[in-house]
Amino acid sequence: MSHGPCDKCEELLQGYLDRELTEPERVEAELHLDGCEYCRRRYRFEETLRVYVRTTAEERMPPGLLEKLTQLRSPAP
Amino acid sequence: MGEPEPDIEARRIASSARDRVRFEEEALALADQVYRVARRLVGSREEAEDLVQETYARAFRSWSSYTPGTNLRAWLLRILTNLNLDRGRKIQRTPDVQPLEEGDYYLANRMAESQGELALDQDKVVERLSQDSIVTALSSLPHDFRDVVVLVDIGEFSYADAAQILDIPIGTVMSRLHRGRRLLKQQLAEEALS
Repeated sequence: MSHGPCDKCEELLQGYLDRELTEPERVEAELHLDGCEYCRRRYRFEETLRVYVRTTAEERMPPGLLEKLTQLRSPAP
Repeated sequence: MGEPEPDIEARRIASSARDRVRFEEEALALADQVYRVARRLVGSREEAEDLVQETYARAFRSWSSYTPGTNLRAWLLRILTNLNLDRGRKIQRTPDVQPLEEGDYYLANRMAESQGELALDQDKVVERLSQDSIVTALSSLPHDFRDVVVLVDIGEFSYADAAQILDIPIGTVMSRLHRGRRLLKQQLAEEALS
């Protein structure tokens, strides 16, 4: 059961969001988005969510780790 | 025939040492990005630190099997995900995945149902999600799905790189990504609406 009218678009949307579509597929996705309010809103939602996940879940390397990694280097010949 | 001439041999050794130093420096320059992915693949900061250290220890030992000019970050992540898999198989069990009945827009649909159409305003929906809820939701994903979601969404790897890192077909990357993101949204919806 799908709540959206566009199963085909769901498939295209993932590749479109990840910039993984071939050129003809990308054109097809954009044409569809131009004409479909439902998918356009979904697309904006998904894109925002994805950026949010990426930025929120990011955590910088703890201080000291780089130093520990540097010590793993092989000794100079 | 016979032994190589001493100065040729000395030059070969010096050149190899330079290659190794360059490799180590390039690898260390990627440490922050490698850690960022590691941190979301495992449950704790300590585990992530251990995993990154093991990865670099192994990378430095086997540096000569890296082909210069290829994607070093992907090469390091391949070591890391293999090490993580070895650990995971020992201590973690993949939970059963419940099939989802809704489409790809689980979170948006649930939000819309609970709040009316306004909820589809992405800022309003996203505002309701805390940093903790994203992190918790990611860590609750079964490993196979989490690996792909983290590599593509946090590590910003292409499908092809993710496929190579995890040694699975691209089609599997795509389906796990789709499924993993749906599970993520389901988790987030449950949290945001609870």
